[in-house]
Amino acid sequence: MGFTPHTKEEIREMLAAVGAADIEELFRPIPTGLRAKSFDLPPGMSEFEMLDGLRELAGRNGHIVPFVGGGFYDHLVPAAVDHLAGRAEFYTAYTPYQPECSQGTLQALFEYQTAVCRLTGFGVTNASLYDGGTALAEAAMMALRVTGRSRVLLDGAVNPFSREIVRTYLANLPVEVVEVPTLDGTLDRKRLAAELDDRCAAVLVQNPTFFGCVDDYTDISAKAHGCGALLAASVYPVSLGILKSPGEMGADIAVGDGQSLGNPLNFGGPSFGFLAARKELIRNIPGRIVGETVDREGRRGFVLTIQAREQHIKRHKATSNICTNQSLCALRGLIFLSALGKNGLAELARRNRDKAEYAKAALAAVRGVSVPAGPPTFNEFTVRLPKGADETVAALLRRGIAAGVPLGRYYPGMEDRLLVTVTEKRTKGEINLLARELEAALWS
Amino acid sequence: MSAMYYTKEHEWVKVDGNTATVGISAYAAEHLGDVTFVELPATGKAVKQFEVLCAIESVKAASDIYAPVSGTVASVNGVLNDRPELVNESPEDAAWMATLKMSDPAEVSKLMDAKQYEEYRKGL
Repeated sequence: MGFTPHTKEEIREMLAAVGAADIEELFRPIPTGLRAKSFDLPPGMSEFEMLDGLRELAGRNGHIVPFVGGGFYDHLVPAAVDHLAGRAEFYTAYTPYQPECSQGTLQALFEYQTAVCRLTGFGVTNASLYDGGTALAEAAMMALRVTGRSRVLLDGAVNPFSREIVRTYLANLPVEVVEVPTLDGTLDRKRLAAELDDRCAAVLVQNPTFFGCVDDYTDISAKAHGCGALLAASVYPVSLGILKSPGEMGADIAVGDGQSLGNPLNFGGPSFGFLAARKELIRNIPGRIVGETVDREGRRGFVLTIQAREQHIKRHKATSNICTNQSLCALRGLIFLSALGKNGLAELARRNRDKAEYAKAALAAVRGVSVPAGPPTFNEFTVRLPKGADETVAALLRRGIAAGVPLGRYYPGMEDRLLVTVTEKRTKGEINLLARELEAALWS
Repeated sequence: MSAMYYTKEHEWVKVDGNTATVGISAYAAEHLGDVTFVELPATGKAVKQFEVLCAIESVKAASDIYAPVSGTVASVNGVLNDRPELVNESPEDAAWMATLKMSDPAEVSKLMDAKQYEEYRKGL
């Protein structure tokens, strides 16, 4: 029996099916600089040589003070999170389909769902999705299924990566995605109203927006419902410690990325996505849902429920082709929320806002820099620079500071704007350092 | 004067003048096992004969229910929203799913009567 995954003949067949002449053509979209130079690996080494080598590599990463957000945030992670989530009982890739031997995992996920429901203000949620961007795309798919319509309105103030994921998901479906250009980092209500009609399945918004602006979409919920459309809001879970929840705004679906809840930055992943919705929409929710039940003797137990939505039963008619969740990252989110509690989360959110407000004032005092007036912001905000944001960020990186996200990369015409993020981890000293170094970088 | 017909996909239809009442056969209900949810069609929905009318879920399967005749959904049995188990208890009576306003009554010629259906079932 051969152990090679594909024969030359099979490779030829597969290439023919996708219309590529050879392997080289298949990989052409990947820039040559990013491809493996060779698979001819050096000889093996001992554990200790390897650790030395890795330490040396890690040592080359100088210390950088991060003021970068835009979807991923540098928050504190209590020690309890690593400790509990690292227990072997949880640290497994096993899928909990057999309730008779998965009660611990199922109960943890059930409690995770309870936490997400309370956080978002909704009645049902799933056991987590891949990440925040795909969760937003799944919310759009849900709305398309529920309404039977084929038009989606997407606010331009939604995270650009999430918008791209939504467009990718819907690209080969008979669905029209209409992007509503942002008005100074917020939802342009006039333009939305002009686009909103009875062909729309969903309005997709974000709170706070990619620009950090806090909004209340209660009026948008009402307008969407007036046309028979659903409102899906992508939210930053830490902000829900002090902000109005999507449920309170009358939204139908809430999604978001759970990285900020007990998950390190991990170079941009893995994290987990959450998706919560009004109870009536439960049969249209993608992914796994854990339910509470009783066994034959009346004892409380947990099972995966309403599985008829899922691939292993509904096959090609499943509500989603999602066949994974991010249990371990979601569990970290649960432990994080349990460790902080309701008041702790509110306190954490207030600290983020207060430190960001302090940073706003400090940066506005820098010569030539202004913080445009606008709606309230949570923990990130836009500053306007007298020079290009890209070159300013590069100059500050050389000074050991990651100053933020240059907005011109995603919004043409905003080349002089920088999105600065301040979490509870940034100290007053670091914020003052940012202001000093920014002045130096701009004027030296 | 109503007449009862069956399809190869195990739906039944009771034809009364221009109104067709639709459900699934006792045989289908038994093979699905405990029914947990009936996804009723929307009233006003137009369907063609043998096209998907709605769906049904049990503890072990999810299946489509096909329209035995063409027409427009006139009413649905809302009781099934709260009591899907009726499909197992009374599949060919209380657990009717929808009524259709028929657009082509001649279509019943493509269906089986109770006797033909029983023969068909025995051959499965």
